[in-house]
Amino acid sequence: MRYAKPKSVDEAVALLAAEKGLARVLAGGTDLLVQMRSRRALPDLMVDCKAIADMTSIAAEDGGIRFGAATACMALVENAQFSAACPGVTDAIKLIGSIQVKGRASVGGNVCNASPAADSVPALIAAGATARIASPRGSRDVAVETITTGPGKTCLARDELLVSFLVPRKQRNCGDAYLRFTPRTEMDIAVVSAGVNLKLDATGICREARVSLGAVAERALLVAEAGAALVGSKVDNAALERLGAAASAACRPIDDKRGTREFRIKVAGVLARRAAQIALDRTGKEN
Amino acid sequence: MAETIVYPERELKVIGTRPVRPDGVPKVTGLAQYGADFNLPGMLWGKILRSPHAHARIGSIDTSKAQALPGVKAVITAADLPEQKFEYLGPERVAVNYWHMTRNILAREKALYEGHAIAAVAATSKAIAEEALKLIEVDYEVLPHVIDVDEAMQPDAPLLFEDMITRGVEPPPAKPSNVSKRIEYKLGDVAKGFAAADAVVEASYKTKPVHQGYIEPQACLARYDSDGQAEVWSSSQGHFVVRTFTSRLVGMKVADLRCHAAEIGGAFGGKTVVYVEPVAVVLSKKSGHPVKIMMSREEVFKATGPTSGASMTIRIGVMNDGRIVAAEGVFKYQAGAFPQSPVMNGCMCSFAPYDIPNVRTLGFDVVSNRPKTVAYRAPGSPISAFAAESTMDLAARKIGMDPIEFRLKNIARPGAKTVFGTTLNHAGFAETLQALKKHPGYTAPLGKNQGRGVAAGYWFNGGGESSATVHVNEDGTAVVAEGSPDIGGSRASIALMAAETLGIAYESVRPVIADTNSVGYTQATGGSRVTFATGMTVINACNKVIDEMCARAAKLWKVDRADVVWEDGHARPAGKRAGEFEPLSFKAIAAKRTATGGPISASASINAEGQAPGFSAQFCDVEVDPDTGYVKILRFVAAQDVGRAIHPAYCEGQIEGGVVQGIGWALNEEYIYDRDGHMENPGFLDYRIPVASDVPMIESILVEVPNPKHPYGVKGVAEANIVPPMAAVANAIESATGLRLTDLPMSPPKVLAALDSRR
Repeated sequence: MRYAKPKSVDEAVALLAAEKGLARVLAGGTDLLVQMRSRRALPDLMVDCKAIADMTSIAAEDGGIRFGAATACMALVENAQFSAACPGVTDAIKLIGSIQVKGRASVGGNVCNASPAADSVPALIAAGATARIASPRGSRDVAVETITTGPGKTCLARDELLVSFLVPRKQRNCGDAYLRFTPRTEMDIAVVSAGVNLKLDATGICREARVSLGAVAERALLVAEAGAALVGSKVDNAALERLGAAASAACRPIDDKRGTREFRIKVAGVLARRAAQIALDRTGKEN
Repeated sequence: MAETIVYPERELKVIGTRPVRPDGVPKVTGLAQYGADFNLPGMLWGKILRSPHAHARIGSIDTSKAQALPGVKAVITAADLPEQKFEYLGPERVAVNYWHMTRNILAREKALYEGHAIAAVAATSKAIAEEALKLIEVDYEVLPHVIDVDEAMQPDAPLLFEDMITRGVEPPPAKPSNVSKRIEYKLGDVAKGFAAADAVVEASYKTKPVHQGYIEPQACLARYDSDGQAEVWSSSQGHFVVRTFTSRLVGMKVADLRCHAAEIGGAFGGKTVVYVEPVAVVLSKKSGHPVKIMMSREEVFKATGPTSGASMTIRIGVMNDGRIVAAEGVFKYQAGAFPQSPVMNGCMCSFAPYDIPNVRTLGFDVVSNRPKTVAYRAPGSPISAFAAESTMDLAARKIGMDPIEFRLKNIARPGAKTVFGTTLNHAGFAETLQALKKHPGYTAPLGKNQGRGVAAGYWFNGGGESSATVHVNEDGTAVVAEGSPDIGGSRASIALMAAETLGIAYESVRPVIADTNSVGYTQATGGSRVTFATGMTVINACNKVIDEMCARAAKLWKVDRADVVWEDGHARPAGKRAGEFEPLSFKAIAAKRTATGGPISASASINAEGQAPGFSAQFCDVEVDPDTGYVKILRFVAAQDVGRAIHPAYCEGQIEGGVVQGIGWALNEEYIYDRDGHMENPGFLDYRIPVASDVPMIESILVEVPNPKHPYGVKGVAEANIVPPMAAVANAIESATGLRLTDLPMSPPKVLAALDSRR
């Protein structure tokens, strides 16, 4: 296996494009190195992206806040501007692994690992985040919900590199939140999860709502019906009940060692309701 | 704390203090040497090939390709170990059958579980050893398998041993089965007792096997020399046990094998047997190189012993005034792939806390296609206690009595008869329940969806064989060489007892765990025996040292030995010579050793008796999330009779540890198997042991009712604490929800399904 540590995105995508064997991108390595140890991944080339400034920086720009895909989770959690601008995404990032793991792990890695249970993904989807993907042909921006296509699978071509994410700026009367269910309080993987992002008008009526569910299908889902259940309401109990029902109805989970199908369907609705309530409570706060 | 504490008070100086443990600094600075930390020049890496099948007949094993791989120095199979006689040796409760044991080390006729060791290689690198494993060709005939205990007892279940006839049944059954043993205990007349009862409650329960979950996987280094002598460094609870088992399994003289106890990263009973040591010794013998074997976490889960899962039914008959008049328990325990589950302990301990006139317990030891069980903290007792103490709660509810009052009404006091034929000789049970009842939390109000549960638990505690030597140094310090691997702070408690006895400072005592050639025979660290039995041995050796110190002082003073006494760490002239000389300190006499007769040291070896049983009573508060089934432990209070707390912090540590392991057992821990008998969760991500944030600070109450049979009143403290938590949690869940859960673990999907079934 060869190891490369390019200094620029162009250099990195050139390396990926030129590789005849299996190339894998390394950020924190908290998934990749585990896969290599268990021989589930045996790359010929490892492209370490931590020396690429665009991939490890956090900066406000027109329309929102952009952060590099290889930025360590703890760097995001500890960045006051980021955590204030993106409370729901921060909720999710805080839940990934231990503090030590978060010191290495990145959101880009979490997204590209393409686990249906990835914590950051439903939160990013609910927040309406987009991802910038680079290749020798230039770069494109895609909605986060289109990246994962199935367990371990993404829409990225073999010469493409996920460079950064843009989380749109919160407007007045917006709030978001992410919740997951795990049997343990930490050091666990989501059995079910829900991210909710709400926008209210001046009278407290919900005008927009994005609801995303994790670990209930082959990938995180953006559930339009669940969002629609809240739009036009004051996010009262009746609306929350409708939200929960719509969320549960959208689930198509499996039975596995982490939870039963029945449990996931039911708890998806519970978490969607609870996350919406937290998001609602946060709409009062200025960002 | 306890209401009745009656014992001769003696003034203690260091016992009962909380000094830093002797092994603390090396552990926090990374200098402590654990099983995997030993290396030797020319060392090879050993790896073990494991069965991918839950049950398969082994046709042939071809190792020639592995043998031919460059870098491979030895390949072994069961053919490299001598066959053993089929016989159960030792007391039934802990009987050993080497015919089974050698087959668990390396499979012979059949692979009996996924992960069963089939062959092993030693090579110059880990990578080559792993490569070589892939080149070993095994011809398996896959057989139907059985995991669950009730299914394994069905007449048409696949048989692990085609010739196994159940022991303990007269006349012996004609047909073989997976039931290795039937065991029955009786006291009084159960039928009459139930007939007289005002009310009878009955329920059936199931538990899953749970792993000890020690952090350090098994690891060892072995060196077999050309003169036929061998040396082993390994992570174990008893290096003398490693010596006994390994020498027998390999076929060598006990005197030719020297075993060292590595520092140990947790064990909880799981390291009282051998897995890798005999394999490493034979690989070393065959290759002529030292060989190191380290298990992975996956190997630990798939191939080392958990404790049993079980299927149980309990009946309790009570009078309206709270007296229990009859109790009956049927306990079916999984032994894993080879016989000898701790079902006998389960039968003995289940009702042992109570004075019940009519009791019957019936146990079945059942094999199935999963790893052989091994001891886990109070082996057998927590399982049967989950069933018995849950049913105790049902009985208390039935007659409308407070659960602590109900237990106090029936508590065994000295003189009470047990179902296994002994008479309780020690106080402490009632005092412990009284201490728990006095805790202010017991009457604190509960909120919505919250509940409180009580349970109690019994454990025998152990005595047994221990040895120690005390060496006095010229500067007045002492080295205590003993034979008990320290898994729970025993070096600290032993140093405290030695310091107290000798009358010197704790810091002047250096306790060391000597290898098998450097100290007398000592049984494994287990059964909460070490502070009691090894402590007693050390005290005996210290007393011999004191006797010698007095003789040295007599020599210096030129007086009769009889005219010297030892008081307060000093030799003093006494009797007719009283007051004639200034007392001589331990240090002063030590400094004059050469002039007074040479080195001062003393050894003691005993088979300690007089251990007192352990008893723990606990309550916990839980909150059940009605929408997710998540059970949050809000408060956990555990009272335990510790005899006397030699090092109170480590007594509290034992209680906290036992309770936390019990909470994991209650709520989330389980082996998950797929349809082919493969374990799906062989790692700590999905085998869910609690993390720190899952549990509240455990509130421990040390109840001190000293054991009169020990110089300092010691009772074992390490195990009774894990017996009650599963029932305490289940009882609290019923109090919170009105639902009785009888199937462990009480994980969120199960709790939610139970809540939903009522909606």
